[in-house]
Amino acid sequence: MKKQGSDSNPAPVLPALPEPIKDLKIKYTKIFINNEWHDSVSGKKFEVFNPANEEKICEVEEGDKADVDKAVKAARKAFELGSPWRTMDASERGRLLNKLADLVERDRLILATMEAIDGGKLFSTAYLMDLGACVKTLRYCAGWADKIHGRTVPMDGNFFTFTRHEPIGVCGQIIPWNFPLVMFIWKIAPALCCGNTVVVKPAEQTPLTALYMGSLIKEAGFPPGVVNIVPGFGPTAGAAISHHMDVDKVAFTGSTEVGKLIKEAAGKSNLKRVTLELGGKSPNIIFADADLDSAVEFAHIGLFYHQGQCCIAGSRIFVEEPIYDEFVRRSIERAKKYTLGNPLLPGVQQGPQIDKEQFQKILELIESGKKEGAKLECGGGPWGDKGYFIQPTVFSDVTDDMRIAKEEIFGPVQQIMKFKTIEEVIKRANNTTYGLAAAVFTKDIDKALTFAAALQAGTVWVNCYSAMSAQCTFGGFKMSGNGREMGEYGLHEYTEVKTVTIKIPQKNS
Amino acid sequence: GTVPAAPSLPARLVSWQIFINNEWHDAVSKKTFPTINPATGEVICQVAEGDKADVDKAVKAAKAAFQLGSPWRRMDASQRGKLLNRLADLIERDRAYLAALETLDNGKPYSISYLVDLDMVVKCLRYFAGWSDKFHGKTIPLDGDFFCYTRHEPVGVCGQIIPWNFPLLMQAWKLGPALATGNVVVMKVAEQTPLSALYVANLIKEAGFPPGVVNIIPGYGPTAGAAISSHMDIDKVAFTGSTEVGHMVQKAAAESNLKRVTLELGGKSPNIIMSDADMDWAVDQAHFALFFNQGQCCCAGSRTYVQEDIYEEFVERSVEKAKNRVVGNPFDFKTEQGPQVDEEQFKKILGCINTGKQEGAKLLCGGNPAADRGYFIQPTVFGDVQDNMTIAREEIFGPVMQILKFKTIEEVIERANDSKYGLAAAVFTKDFDKANYVSHGLRAGTVWVNCYNVFGAQAPFGGYKASGNGRELGEYGLEAYVEVKNVTIKVPQKNS
Repeated sequence: MKKQGSDSNPAPVLPALPEPIKDLKIKYTKIFINNEWHDSVSGKKFEVFNPANEEKICEVEEGDKADVDKAVKAARKAFELGSPWRTMDASERGRLLNKLADLVERDRLILATMEAIDGGKLFSTAYLMDLGACVKTLRYCAGWADKIHGRTVPMDGNFFTFTRHEPIGVCGQIIPWNFPLVMFIWKIAPALCCGNTVVVKPAEQTPLTALYMGSLIKEAGFPPGVVNIVPGFGPTAGAAISHHMDVDKVAFTGSTEVGKLIKEAAGKSNLKRVTLELGGKSPNIIFADADLDSAVEFAHIGLFYHQGQCCIAGSRIFVEEPIYDEFVRRSIERAKKYTLGNPLLPGVQQGPQIDKEQFQKILELIESGKKEGAKLECGGGPWGDKGYFIQPTVFSDVTDDMRIAKEEIFGPVQQIMKFKTIEEVIKRANNTTYGLAAAVFTKDIDKALTFAAALQAGTVWVNCYSAMSAQCTFGGFKMSGNGREMGEYGLHEYTEVKTVTIKIPQKNS
Repeated sequence: GTVPAAPSLPARLVSWQIFINNEWHDAVSKKTFPTINPATGEVICQVAEGDKADVDKAVKAAKAAFQLGSPWRRMDASQRGKLLNRLADLIERDRAYLAALETLDNGKPYSISYLVDLDMVVKCLRYFAGWSDKFHGKTIPLDGDFFCYTRHEPVGVCGQIIPWNFPLLMQAWKLGPALATGNVVVMKVAEQTPLSALYVANLIKEAGFPPGVVNIIPGYGPTAGAAISSHMDIDKVAFTGSTEVGHMVQKAAAESNLKRVTLELGGKSPNIIMSDADMDWAVDQAHFALFFNQGQCCCAGSRTYVQEDIYEEFVERSVEKAKNRVVGNPFDFKTEQGPQVDEEQFKKILGCINTGKQEGAKLLCGGNPAADRGYFIQPTVFGDVQDNMTIAREEIFGPVMQILKFKTIEEVIERANDSKYGLAAAVFTKDFDKANYVSHGLRAGTVWVNCYNVFGAQAPFGGYKASGNGRELGEYGLEAYVEVKNVTIKVPQKNS
């Protein structure tokens, strides 16, 4: 795991890495409504698996429409005019979010172990990166709570006009399995900071850390009904949320395919506000004048991080012709240095893919790469006899029309292509319906700023990749999503602006 | 909240010296000065007396801490916020001790130090902790083929001169925005009340602020304070205190290096009671507006304008309330009013009361010292006050209430605005139109409607006219602590 910063850059010191908890007990497997734990209305449960060994971890209550209805009712009640949540000082909402951050810090080891077992995530990454980001995001949003300003507005006429930035109301939040806890926090933190109440549906593959958070939310002192968590499946619980007539807003992170369904459902039902964080096929452009070592390393991590299961994965690497061969050579060398295995063990650098469906999809795309004529440089198949492991795979001589150059793979499969000119690579980089992220590696100031403007992506990195932080706004152009998360802009999506205009005897400036 | 018993003092080992580079220093001159307990007139202890030489040392340390590439300059903004939150945690931990120290040195009732001052200190620090990584510059669509953006950089070395009326709170109001935005500080605490701020210096070190980021100098205005406002290497000075000294600070800043100046000065704030106000509430609030903190508030409602229909009853009730105000030992939980902060203030206030009598205002209660020892003054009420009387124009800064009569809205707005000051104001009325008209017409930085002395870290505070320049608290409070840098870069082709 690459250490943040370097010797001359005083990046915050990462905590020492403890050992994961042995025999972790899963205490919270029910539906969380009104700060209480409920069985599913139907009585059904579903199984949760460890993707490293395909074994069942436990069973979790399976939420469906009836449970979503209960949760929405609770959230609506908690949002009533005059409720404890509505009448709470904004600074107190911030204090509760900070308290929640304290509790996440306290239970960091439990949460990191759970995330690694449930999500197939490297324990070191879960502990150091995921949990670190969770705490920082909670604290960042805590700080915004009492700084959400409306305006007073100099309207024409004898009027006193001001705006209130009100919470939207009941927010449905559907989160994915690749960063279960981080995505949970990314959703609830800005929503709660702005005063909303939420109904969260965690991914069916990875519900455990979200449910554990329910216990911390209660312990922190959030009033009942402010946060409700309904584990279940997309077509049932998820769809119930996006179709619900009493949910004011839905936020979804996941595939573009499902994103379209959510937006349709919102339109069909009550025109609930929609934000989407969807897939990507992000271009990473390397010029001959780049620092080659740095570019190779960033391009590698930018693709292979968390087994390639990142919406921002730099999955189309465009390398300028003069350095193409050298870049490919170094990338292959870098990809070969991997130890695969149980993500809880030290020394393991790559864990399993999340489930059988993903596993098969990735292998199928690898086969398409081979068939369509890309050059397989290393890897190219599964690994081990148990768990959903895939060898780190590198394709070179990839052309833009191949499936592996167009479709999101979401696995440890790196595509390297060649380019000649700036105009050409801008066109090729933008020639996609996605637009989540992009990067350019160059020392030249003119090139850097040209690409910053030209690339159609919500985040453009220059001489780095995957650099993210709670202060930075994130989201997609085109079919990579609607709206933005994090930063100040992220608050806009959780706010409804009300203009109040009062007649006054005489307006004076 | 419940108030714990005051811990015995001095129970902790604390240096009463000068704090520079996270270390404690004697004054270069080796001089010390006494700080007095105003409840008894006795000396509490000696404190190092900082002067120009010590200010020079502190400025050197602050400059070093602000150098390009220093730990403080390179620190993540969010980490600055984390340190401020940690300082708030430590102050919370030592809340009772700090409240007791504040009461010992300043004379304000201990229950109020604990419940009000310390509560607001913690909230202020946490508020600004939250701003650290959120005060955004802009990218700007400049004409031409350019990429243009602004950086909100810290101003640099900030001199901060704080008063004695709310020692800890004024320290938090100054440190919060300055540190959140990445500045380094040389703070001169009031000679009357240096102890609590110096204790906080220990906590600043414990919280993990790098050496030189905060430096604290006890000392006097004409020496240490003047050294700060005329220092050629201080980039900005923030002063809270009297208008008289505010003039001097601004002059010194102009005559030295044109350092940026913000001032929070005096006031003679009008509190307007319309005849349709809720009488009980208005009397209660008008009393609080004047008498809080022994009358030692820059925003004290020291001109209470009462509409003629309700004037007699209002005066009668206000006098009754003032007579019932409990003056005594500030550590006694029954006490509502402690001593004035020192002999100078004590004499000045008694002088103003005399002037009031001489100029023909009607003394309705009080008017004398309240005890033989310490600087206690009886809660005093003057009625039938006219606008041209000294007690209606000059800041008294003591427990002396002025009640004046008015007829119409237009008249009272004009009379309320007829002052060189403009810090705060209030109007009490149930009528929405009147409330809006009056609040929009008053030339004051804060206007309270049907309330008084309502403060929050979120809301900006500052004066019109001679009550000051600039605003503290809220997002506005950050502006004085940043220097905006415009960066404009030529690009091959600009695209929107």
